[in-house]
Amino acid sequence: MRRVLPTVLVGALAITVAGCQSNSPEESTESGEAGGPLSVVSTDDQCEVSTTEAPSGRIAFSVKNEGSQVTEFYLLGDDGLRIIGEVENIGPGLTRDLVLQAAPGDYFTACKPGMVGEGIRAAFTVSDSGADLVAGEDAELVEQANVQYGSYVKDQTEQLLTETQEFAELYTAGDDDAARALYPEARVHWERIETVAEAFGDLDPRMDLREADLEPDQEWTGWHAIEKDLWPPVDGSYEAKTDEERTALADQLVADTQELYDRTRDQDYTADQIGNGAKGLLDEVATGKVTGEEEYWSHTDLWDFQANVDGARVGWEGLRPLLQQKDPELDAEVETRFEELQALLDEQRDGEGFVLYTDLSTEEVKALSDAVNALSEPLSQVTAAVLS
Amino acid sequence: MGAARGPEGRPGTPGVSRRRFLGYVGGGAAAGIAGGYAVGRAVGSDGSGGGTGGAGGLPDSWPFHGTHQAGIVTPAQDRMHFAAFDLRTDSREELVGLLQEWSAAAAAMTQGQVVGEPVGAYDAPPDDTGEALGLPPSRLTITIGLGPSLFETADGVDRFGLADRRPAALEPLPHFPADNLDPARSDGDLCVQACADDPQVAVHAVRNLSRIAFGRAAVRWSQLGFGRTSSTSTSQATPRNLFGFKDGTANLKVEEEAAVAEHVWVGEGDDPAAGWMRGGSYLVARRISMHIETWDRTSLREQEALIGRDRVEGAPLSGGEEFTEPDFALAGRGGEPLIPVDSHVRLAHPSQNDGVRLLRRGYNFADGTTALGRLDAGLFFIAYVRDPRTGYVPMQTRLSRDDALMEYLQHTGSGLFAVPPGASEGGWVGEGLFADQSVRRGGSGLSQRRSEGSLGP
Repeated sequence: MRRVLPTVLVGALAITVAGCQSNSPEESTESGEAGGPLSVVSTDDQCEVSTTEAPSGRIAFSVKNEGSQVTEFYLLGDDGLRIIGEVENIGPGLTRDLVLQAAPGDYFTACKPGMVGEGIRAAFTVSDSGADLVAGEDAELVEQANVQYGSYVKDQTEQLLTETQEFAELYTAGDDDAARALYPEARVHWERIETVAEAFGDLDPRMDLREADLEPDQEWTGWHAIEKDLWPPVDGSYEAKTDEERTALADQLVADTQELYDRTRDQDYTADQIGNGAKGLLDEVATGKVTGEEEYWSHTDLWDFQANVDGARVGWEGLRPLLQQKDPELDAEVETRFEELQALLDEQRDGEGFVLYTDLSTEEVKALSDAVNALSEPLSQVTAAVLS
Repeated sequence: MGAARGPEGRPGTPGVSRRRFLGYVGGGAAAGIAGGYAVGRAVGSDGSGGGTGGAGGLPDSWPFHGTHQAGIVTPAQDRMHFAAFDLRTDSREELVGLLQEWSAAAAAMTQGQVVGEPVGAYDAPPDDTGEALGLPPSRLTITIGLGPSLFETADGVDRFGLADRRPAALEPLPHFPADNLDPARSDGDLCVQACADDPQVAVHAVRNLSRIAFGRAAVRWSQLGFGRTSSTSTSQATPRNLFGFKDGTANLKVEEEAAVAEHVWVGEGDDPAAGWMRGGSYLVARRISMHIETWDRTSLREQEALIGRDRVEGAPLSGGEEFTEPDFALAGRGGEPLIPVDSHVRLAHPSQNDGVRLLRRGYNFADGTTALGRLDAGLFFIAYVRDPRTGYVPMQTRLSRDDALMEYLQHTGSGLFAVPPGASEGGWVGEGLFADQSVRRGGSGLSQRRSEGSLGP
C-alpha cells in the first residue's frame, strides 16, 4: 500500500521462470509438493543443500543463514549465468524461502555470503517429473504487462499535466466556478496512478497532502490547499488566499506535476509492483475515499474512488493473461468483484461525474465499503499467484 | 495463571467483605515491597516466563502506597480500564477531597477490599458497587494523573490557584502529522489508569471512582484494553499487537534500574516550580486506530518491511533473535539497508532518538465495529516519560511524519497527564501539589505527613 517502487523489488524481469520468496514455513511446506522444501544452510564458507536432485515442477528451498554476514541464495542455469530464482537479503540467523518452477536439466545452487563474488556453488539436477512448465511464455507475459502498465502511466501523466495547467490558469485567474468544475476531473489522472506518484516520497506530500496530515509549521501546498480555498468552510474561519498566494500555489502544483511527468518517462515496472499497486489503490479507496476524508472540502470523493478503481483494474488486466494460467478461479473472482463494485459506483453517477460524498446515505457508503473489501481480498492474492 | 491466584469464583455472599477473603489469597504478601515493584527482583528466574496471561511467581496484590505510584513499572497486567475526567467544580477543597477519597478507595480496592462499609444501611445503596466481591485483588493497580487543564484552562483561567505550580512539561501535546483526534476521546482534568489481571476488577475500580466523583468530576471518556502490548519486566514474554507482531521488545524493563530512573521518574532538579512532581512521571495516552482490514491484505514481505522485524520470532531483519540489537547499517542487495529506513523499529529506536527510551504500558483494544462494519480496533498507547518535551514529542513527530506504518494507523485520541509521586500510608495522591500552599495554612498537618513519606526531606 505505501509505495510500489523502492523497497521490495523482486526484479521480476530478472527471474526468467518467476520466483517468489517468503519466510512462511507453512507456505513452503505446501509448495514442496515432493516431500516438503529442500533445506539450505548458508554459513560464511559453506552452502549445504539437503539434496542435489529434485523432480521438475515447483521446487521450494528453505534457506537458513547460519553465517555472520548477509547472504543470498540462487538457482542458476547450466551456464552458471542465467538466474532461475534468487532470494536476497537474508540476515544472519534468519530463514527465507525460495519457491520457483524449474524444467528438467542441469543447474547450480549458490550461496553468496557477503553478497560478493560468484558464491559457493554446487551442481544441482532437476529430473523429469512430467510436470508442465510454461516458463518462456510467462516471461513474455510479464514483459507485456510491464510495457502496458508503463504506457498507461505515461498516458495518465500527460493528461494530468495538461489538465493541471488548465486548472491552474482558471484558479489563478479567479474563475472559481470553472476551476471547481475541473478540479475532480483533473485529479482523476492523479488518482489513477496514485501509488506510482506516491513512490516519489518528496512529490506526494507537496502535491496531495491533506490538512490533517500537516506537521506543525509545515507549508501546505498542492491540490487540497487549493481545494479548501475553492470550497472554504462556511463558518467564516477561513481567510481566502490573495492573488499572489493563489499564483504561488498554482505555479508550484504545475511545476511538481511537470516533475512527476519527467520522472515517469522511463520508469520500468515489475509484475509485483503492478499487482501490489492495484491492491494499494483499493486500500486508498478503503482508507480515504469511502470515508469521505480525501476531499474534505469539495466532497468529490467518488471521482477519486472511480479513478483508483480504474487504476487497479488496469493493473489487474495487464497481469490477467498470466493470472488466467496460474489461477483462473482467482482471476474470475477478481473480475466478478470488479463488476459488482462498478455497478454500485454507477448508481451514483450524475452526468459526467458523480454525486457528492455528502449525498450518500450511510447504507450506500456501507455497501460501497463492503464491495471494496470483497474486491481487495482476492486482489491481494494476485501478486503471489502471478509470481508463483 | 490460575495457580497464583488462589481460589476463584467463590460466590460473594452478602456481608462477606473482600477483606475477609484476603486471608485465602495472601494479599499481604507484597507488603514489604515499597513503591510498586521491587527493582532488581529476580523475576527472570521465577519460572513465570509465560505469555500474556502468565504472571506466576508475582504477588497477588500490589501496594497502593509507596515512593512512586503503582501501575507504572509494575509488571503489566492483562487488562486495563483507563478513564479521563472533567472536574465539575471550581472548589479547591472539593478537588482535594476528591483526591483524598480516591486515594483511600484505591488503597482499599488494590488490596481486594470493598470501598466504604461492607454492609451499610438496608435502605441505602451499598457503598461498593459489588461486582468484585469474592474476586481476588487480581494485581489491581490504580494510577492517578492530572491534566494540563487542571492548572489552567485553554482560556487561561486558573481554576484552582494551581497555575504557578504547573510543571513546564505539562503542555498539551502538539498536533502531530496525520492526527485525527476526537475531542470526545482526548484530554481531561484528571485521569485514572486501572490495570488488573481480571477485567471485572479493573472496571469495578473505575466504576467506583466515578461514583465517588459524581458532582465533583464526571467521566469525559474512557477506554478498555486487553492483551497488554508491552512487557515492563523481563519476567514477561513479549506480547503481540493486533498487527500480529511482537510489541515492546525494546521496552524499558523495571529491572533496568538506572535506565528507569533516567527515563521515567522526574528528578529532583527537573522543574523548580513543580518540585512536587519529584518521583512522579508523565503519562502520554494515545488512542491509535489500526486499519486492520487493509493490513490483513498486505503481503508478509511488506508487513515485515514496515515493522523492520520478522513476524514469527520478532528478530530484526538484520538477523539474530528477538533480543538481538538491530543493525541499521547492515546493507543488503543494492546497498539498501536490510532494516528499511522508514521502518517502525528503526525510527522508534533510541539510536535515532537521542537515546530516548520509553516505558510503554499499552493495550490492544477492540470496540466492536464501525458503521462500515470494520473492526474498530487498535492500540491504546500509554507511555510514562520523565519529560514529554524530550522523551516523547520529538520521537512521535518523527514517527508521524516518516514511519511507513502510519499508512495503517490513525491517532484518534490523545492526552497528557502529570502523574504525581506515590502517596505514603495515610496520605493521598497529589498531596505534594497542595502541601506547600493553602492547605498548609489550614494546619492540616499534611506537610508533616509528607516528611514521613518515602520522598525524603
